[in-house]
Amino acid sequence: MLVEFAMQHAWLVPLLPACAFVVIVFLARPWQLLSAIVAVGSMATACFFATLAAIGIFTNHEYVEKPLVYATRWFSLGLPGMPDLRIDVGVQLDPVSAMMLFMVSFIATFIFLYSIGYMKGDPGYSVFFSYLSLFGASMLLLVLSSNLLQMFVAWELVGLCSYLLIGFYTHKISAREAAKKAFVTCRIADFGLLLGLLSLQIVFGTLNLTELAGKIEHFEEFTSFGMLTLIAVLVFIGPIGKSGQFPLHVWLPDAMEGPTPVSALIHAATMVVAGVYLVGRTMFLFHEVPSAMQLVAVTGGFTALFAATIAITQREIKRILAYSTVSQLGYMMLALGVGSLSASMFHLWTHAFFKALMFLGAGSVLTALHHKADVWEMGGLVKKMPITAWTFVIGGLAIAGIPPFAGFWSKDEILVSALNSGHYVLFAMAAFTAFLTAFYMWRMIFLAFFGAENPANHPQESPWTMTVPLLVLSVGACLAGLLGTPWHNVWGEWIRFGEAHEGPVNYGAMLLSIVLAGAGIFLAYTLYLKDAKKKRARKMAEWFGPVYRMLYNKYYIDELYLWFNHALVDGTAKLFYLFDIYVVDGIVNGIGAFARLSGDGLRVFQSGRLQNYVLVFFLGVLAVAVLMAFSGSTTAAGLVLGGVK
Amino acid sequence: MPAISLTHYVVLSALLFSIGLFGVLTKRNAVAVLICIELMLNAVNINLVAFSKYITPADFVGQIFSIFVITVAAAEVGVGLAIIIAIYRNRLSVNLDDFDWLKW
Amino acid sequence: METSIYSVIAFYGLAITILGNATLVIFARNIVHSVLFLAVTFIAMGGLFLLLDADFLAAVQVLVYAGAVCIMVVFGIMLIQRSDMKATNLFNRQTFAGAGLVALVVAMCAVFAGRTAWTDLVAAGEVPANTVQAIGELMLSKYVIPFEVAALLLLVALIGAIVIARDEEVKANAGN
Repeated sequence: MLVEFAMQHAWLVPLLPACAFVVIVFLARPWQLLSAIVAVGSMATACFFATLAAIGIFTNHEYVEKPLVYATRWFSLGLPGMPDLRIDVGVQLDPVSAMMLFMVSFIATFIFLYSIGYMKGDPGYSVFFSYLSLFGASMLLLVLSSNLLQMFVAWELVGLCSYLLIGFYTHKISAREAAKKAFVTCRIADFGLLLGLLSLQIVFGTLNLTELAGKIEHFEEFTSFGMLTLIAVLVFIGPIGKSGQFPLHVWLPDAMEGPTPVSALIHAATMVVAGVYLVGRTMFLFHEVPSAMQLVAVTGGFTALFAATIAITQREIKRILAYSTVSQLGYMMLALGVGSLSASMFHLWTHAFFKALMFLGAGSVLTALHHKADVWEMGGLVKKMPITAWTFVIGGLAIAGIPPFAGFWSKDEILVSALNSGHYVLFAMAAFTAFLTAFYMWRMIFLAFFGAENPANHPQESPWTMTVPLLVLSVGACLAGLLGTPWHNVWGEWIRFGEAHEGPVNYGAMLLSIVLAGAGIFLAYTLYLKDAKKKRARKMAEWFGPVYRMLYNKYYIDELYLWFNHALVDGTAKLFYLFDIYVVDGIVNGIGAFARLSGDGLRVFQSGRLQNYVLVFFLGVLAVAVLMAFSGSTTAAGLVLGGVK
Repeated sequence: MPAISLTHYVVLSALLFSIGLFGVLTKRNAVAVLICIELMLNAVNINLVAFSKYITPADFVGQIFSIFVITVAAAEVGVGLAIIIAIYRNRLSVNLDDFDWLKW
Repeated sequence: METSIYSVIAFYGLAITILGNATLVIFARNIVHSVLFLAVTFIAMGGLFLLLDADFLAAVQVLVYAGAVCIMVVFGIMLIQRSDMKATNLFNRQTFAGAGLVALVVAMCAVFAGRTAWTDLVAAGEVPANTVQAIGELMLSKYVIPFEVAALLLLVALIGAIVIARDEEVKANAGN
């Protein structure tokens, strides 16, 4: 009964946090606790409905093929000479969106709860919760969208909220810069997405997901294969920016300038997975274009490896986590690219738990250490902050891919699907990335939580509002993967694109995955924990000198962009500036100067002296008389010449 | 000796008009300019009366026009002198070179 | 129409007087002298009008111009030129430009006069002996409206001249 209600009223889920936003902004803002309660309460209620809806979907297998769509006409335009433009809005409930709905609202609820403690004493406490609510609402709207334009609106709302929240500490220049960077980078990508959506609307005449899926199945009736490829690539540009794929990943590591709950929200639940989700939603489009699929896969695989190598050398705890997010998003893209929506969404799901857990853990550490972020200056935190440390370890095990923790199953799924689809190079890259992931994660964990204590630090365990979410999420990080074990893949049956394929269990890949993860952890252990003085680690760094520096400086991508901006953008701007100064202004000033000079010239004639004027007047009379007399005009000549010829 | 014809009067009138015009254009004293305007008006009167005599001797149109011209001239001298006096009272000068008020 | 030698002599005499005195009006350096030459010009003009059989007009010319206008101008000069009267009537800076223009005007008139075919202009009809009566009748019949308008104009000019020339202080006193 309640399940039925939740499924038919799924629109309530995004609406509740949106209402919380309005209520906080207009009513509850002066009372901090009330604002927090409104935000958390609305999100928890949303989570409750989302859970019910997910249960409803989960118990009905037919929804993969027949999504529940409740839509209504938003607006329609009939322009002469153009096909009618009809835009619908609505909610589309199917296994993918139901899973996302539950995941986003669940994670968000605990992040909201965590924020109550984390943001204590901040002057913008209520405002922060209003932003968070809007952020959650936008993401939930995006997840539920039945129409790509509606999704785009939510997409942009998510971008706006991320801008507001990354730049939340407005007094910090770095935060403002990071917010701008995130906004501009995403805007570049959104331009591609918008072009793609417009092309879809023009070619297929609709942006409704279900209709579009039906039409693209036989796209030959509408457009050429080349056009479809172009559209797919354009649509993919959006996720490249939003999901931090190479080369537009640069904003994501900087986004940690925001408060830590925001980082967790962005990295785990609300922002970056939007790109993966969009590609998943438009899988029917990519499915028809193998080259676009290839692009997605290569981009994902490359980004995964690329970000993992950077993460090895970073020192700030949140920055390491940020690069690991980029890397994990690369995994998801890779899975989509090799055709496995199921594996991608599975990894998205498990990643959300352990990444949220680790970010919140990092936030807990940072609060305890008064925002000292360098992992080399931590150490031995496990004694003073047991809950934070052990939950963090669970997250580390999960992301490294140690069974039975969540990350293992999803990562294994991805590796297997890459292997099964014949992408051996990508498989090798992904496997190596798995090794690197285990290494850099455990490097961070060993450095921060184990080993000798740093006497300069006086850490303290965080309050219960912060530790309870950690505990809950660590449970998620332990168990979330059990939904999709290869022996009984409930997940694969539930969330899939096309037919569910039950292959034989690939023990080889599983074993390889475990061995690689174990090797990574062991290497980290020998370098950073067993060797208390870290001599070997330093030696390694010296040994790989230039490579180390290149990795530490993130392949100089930021510098490259900066140089590109300076050289090309500023150069062109300068060119246009010169054009503006000399040509445009020249024309304008020239007109002005012409008026002024001609005025200067003409004012000689305006002496202001009466007799001057009389002189000129008679000159005129003379001229007119002469003209009349000699021009042959009969009446005028007659007047002057006295009527006689 | 040829008889005095209309041409003589017209030439006389033209010369007198030119002398008056020259004065209007070149004199510095505002009163002198006023006087020269009177000369020009007289030149016109000569024309009017001469044409009246030689072309329409019975109609007196030219003579009546002349009377009106004289009327207007008298009025003009009166008002003109009044203006000059008013200006002089403000500026203590009737030198037209000092006046370039017709520009902003 | 009589074409006696006396009328020819009278015409030339009067013409020379008029032009000569007009020239002196321009070139006299003393404004009072200019006005005196002007009076002579006006009187000679009256003679010219007599020669043209316009006896009423000649009388008006002498009365209005030589009498009223000249006296008024002298009064005006007396009101404004309080210091030395020498060098009160000089040329301004555009003398040569003015002279050039006047030369052009004369040339133009000459050209037009030369191009005009003057015919039958010497012997016109008789002019009635009694012009005063005829003009008087015309003024009060055919030209009565211009006549009344001229009267009105004179009245307006009279009032206007008084208003303009009146001293501000006097006005202020009158106001009090």
